[in-house]
Amino acid sequence: MSEKLIIGEHEFQSRFILGSGKFSLELTNAVIENGGAEIVTLALRRANLDGQENILDYIPKGITLLPNTSGARNAEEAVRIARLAREISCGDFIKLEVIHDSKYLMPDNYETIKATEILAKEGFIVMPYIYPDLNVARSLESAGAASVMPLGAPIGSNKGLCTKDFIQILIDEIHLPIIVDAGIGRPSQACEAMEMGIDAIMCNTAVATATDVALMSKAFKLAIEAGRAAYLAGLGRVLNYRAEASSPLTDFLEA
Amino acid sequence: MKAVNVNHMNYLEGMEVTDSDIMEKVLALVKKYDYRQYKSNDVKRALMKDQLTIEDYGAILSPIAMPYLEEMASKATTETKKHFGNSVFLFTPLYISNFCENHCIYCGFNCKNKIKRGILSFAEIEEELKEVARTGLKEILILTGESRHKSGVEYICEAVRLAAKYFSTVGIEIYPLNTDEYAFIKDSGADFVSVYQETYNTDKYEQVHLRGPKKIFPYRFNSQERALAGGVRGVAFGALLGLDDFRKDAFAVGLHACFIQQKYPHAEISFSTPRLRPYINNEKNSPHDVHEKQLLQVMLAYRLFMPFAGITISTRERAGFRDNVIGMVATKISAGVCVGVGGHKEDEKGDEQFEISDSRSVREVHQMILNRGLQPVYTDYIRV
Repeated sequence: MSEKLIIGEHEFQSRFILGSGKFSLELTNAVIENGGAEIVTLALRRANLDGQENILDYIPKGITLLPNTSGARNAEEAVRIARLAREISCGDFIKLEVIHDSKYLMPDNYETIKATEILAKEGFIVMPYIYPDLNVARSLESAGAASVMPLGAPIGSNKGLCTKDFIQILIDEIHLPIIVDAGIGRPSQACEAMEMGIDAIMCNTAVATATDVALMSKAFKLAIEAGRAAYLAGLGRVLNYRAEASSPLTDFLEA
Repeated sequence: MKAVNVNHMNYLEGMEVTDSDIMEKVLALVKKYDYRQYKSNDVKRALMKDQLTIEDYGAILSPIAMPYLEEMASKATTETKKHFGNSVFLFTPLYISNFCENHCIYCGFNCKNKIKRGILSFAEIEEELKEVARTGLKEILILTGESRHKSGVEYICEAVRLAAKYFSTVGIEIYPLNTDEYAFIKDSGADFVSVYQETYNTDKYEQVHLRGPKKIFPYRFNSQERALAGGVRGVAFGALLGLDDFRKDAFAVGLHACFIQQKYPHAEISFSTPRLRPYINNEKNSPHDVHEKQLLQVMLAYRLFMPFAGITISTRERAGFRDNVIGMVATKISAGVCVGVGGHKEDEKGDEQFEISDSRSVREVHQMILNRGLQPVYTDYIRV
């Protein structure tokens, strides 16, 4: 088991992907440093090129930018936003978000697959945000996605791993890095996800809505590292309802 | 499309008829809405929920919810943070014409009012736009009075095209249009449409809209549907609070927005909360008066009912109110505002629609946002 997170052909030490946009820009550096994050997402629609409060001015050099396509309502719009991101030198990574639901911000899995097919062919390192569905994840894998990013709970809800059992199926069946993208509300939930064998955690709201944003970023870093270590160590078994000293059902077997 | 001595519930010739049951649904629920029936427990129960029902929404808008304002504010702050983080979006309005064919008795622009009328030429519009763009703003709202003759759709489209050269987000607040006209406006570069119903009480609506095309209630009501059918991305809702029973009107605004969002799930929804100010110390004070407490109650109810929706706070309100509602409930704030026609670059060419209570510049509002631990956001939209 490699201890590096590999996405596309890129290697990362950190398994904490940080979202931006929901906390003050001048805190960006402290949050990244405290969280040890190497990848930071940004909504392209927030990039105020040559203007005031441009988030791109606040992300330190050496950090991998993960522009997202937020605002895209269908595959076509997502593809155009991704191309725009490349044009303004945001690199080849793209966090694909296709949403046409303003209330729950649920990803449109079908349009996401269509956009992934196009963008992967154009050489993008595509990281699609999805509702955890095995068939969709398989289609994304064959369409050339570099990872899949299932939601744990609706964006911004801080509700944790509501979709845990379905994410477990993706971990078991999909050969791409699985990154939980939305819903993680507290470090203990991030730790729990990492213990399951999730490859990385992406979060924004949980950090942004903390009283001390930078300290919460550090708490996530530690939780993610602890969960990862626990996964690698192999969790001890948990007995269901009682300690079992004998084997009443198989005692009859001859030696 | 004149409307004198016409039935305000019937469309005039040239007005597109929308096949939709939303108006009937909203009006039926508003008719049934009796805010006196709620008990404190209804409010408490509503405030424990993640997702409010229409009944819960009615409860938190009722007078019995007034003692729970602080609790509502606390819950609203959490919801606002969850959905918007600490972002506060900045914009400014630009009035390009104040000619109007309507006689609305509450409005400074109404056609019977002897005010200085003006309309900007395209060269003047561009100068104004450049001047506004220099402040760093990236979002602009283009406004006109309601005159198809003086400020026609072609004229507005050209203004929008000019605006889209300098601004990443262009909205319009003009008279209601047909679907094909909205599509034309959208293709010109405006993606957000605001139309306020003023009041959802159809009788009151008739009494205050004496003449002009605005008199036709359903045509105005269905504007958001036509705009969305025309391809715009977001629509704004509002009532002029205080014109009639503000609780019923606010209830209607929320339902109107909710049903539109259910029918058009992709639509970005936002609210504005204009109000008629009550006279201070007036003997004839009415329970329908909208003081700051009532205004905040309405804003909080919008937030808790539709936590994902944007809420805009205008310069009709004083700085002290505006500064405190951002982050808690409002997500968008205007700055560097002129409400006369033009006025950013040259002197105003026409008089104002209302007086503003906060004349701070973009820089001042920007600094205020930072001082409150929030982040000023200039752009949140890419046109693709």
